[in-house]
Amino acid sequence: MSDSNPLAGTPRRTRDQVADLHFMDARFKLLDLAAFLDRLEKASGPEDHRVRGLRAALPLLLKSGDDRVAQILHLWSDPSVTPIEKADTKAASGVWPGLK
Amino acid sequence: MRYIEPHGHMVSRTTDDYQAMALAGCAAICEPAFWAGFDRKTADGFYDYFCQLTQHEPKRAAKYGLPHYCWLCINPKESEDMKLADDVLALIPEFMKAKTVLGIGEIGLNKNTRNEMLILEKHVELAVKYDQLILVHTPHLEDKRKGTRLIMDVIKAAGKVKPERVIIDHVEEHTIGEVLDQGFWAGITLYPESKATPVRAVDMLENFASQRVWLNSACDWGHSDPLAVPKAMQEMRRRGHSAAAIDSLVYGNPVRFLSQSPNFKDPQALR
Repeated sequence: MSDSNPLAGTPRRTRDQVADLHFMDARFKLLDLAAFLDRLEKASGPEDHRVRGLRAALPLLLKSGDDRVAQILHLWSDPSVTPIEKADTKAASGVWPGLK
Repeated sequence: MRYIEPHGHMVSRTTDDYQAMALAGCAAICEPAFWAGFDRKTADGFYDYFCQLTQHEPKRAAKYGLPHYCWLCINPKESEDMKLADDVLALIPEFMKAKTVLGIGEIGLNKNTRNEMLILEKHVELAVKYDQLILVHTPHLEDKRKGTRLIMDVIKAAGKVKPERVIIDHVEEHTIGEVLDQGFWAGITLYPESKATPVRAVDMLENFASQRVWLNSACDWGHSDPLAVPKAMQEMRRRGHSAAAIDSLVYGNPVRFLSQSPNFKDPQALR
């Protein structure tokens, strides 16, 4: 892409430096996600489409590359390309309900 | 450090927020017309809202030394009622005479419906007719990618809109590249949960070194943070970005885009 160039002046960082800045933040978010999945285990009823989408995204975290966020957002996106006739709601759920 | 808040729904915020933003270095605030959290029933309701945006809110902001600008439209969430939307569109030219109006916005799509598309096209026609800048709201979550593409198609189909006079807001990692590649400006909205966090926003900025990006809080009546832009600035400092690079992003870029409107004045020049 024409604009996809590193921002001039972006400091080069080691992985240690990135971990020093952001590891604790990532750690607590991962534990929160694990707790959410544990909570779901204890609940009854069929799997919600949003949770199904979340589970489908988890393998993408373990793939190599530097575009995991974009891949997950694409996975959760409505793949259709034409306008719909009418909406049932004003809200979005976070995951396209048709995702298998 | 100074910054501009290019997208904040201040009618929904308290004076404490104005005070905090001014103390954090905010130099000017721009307020797009927005959904009130419920559907307004009449064009008269919008008339009063546009009076609030163009007359009352600038006075409230001025008490904190902040220039206040606005954008006008009917939000896509209220575009399903075509009669109401047409009545509101008819009100807008009268309010464009106000000296603090920057353009048409935030227009766009919400659930990507046919009626939303029709009202979006009418807003774009209005912007072309009155030579106004355009600020675009892109849909939420799973509707964003499709909606962003439909919106860009509508604007390009209008034929007379220069993409450098359009900012497409609420981009995320899966849409920012397409928006910039097509020549538009891109807005990254910093929200505590949806849209982008300050940390993700800085990641995007480091990957897409564009001169056509701004950061905004889009603070409103929901879960949002009027100090989100200074928090992203702090994240950039933590990562070792220079003061000049941060200033260029959070002050220089908004000034360059907004100065395409004759009504916008660089706050630096006002001091």
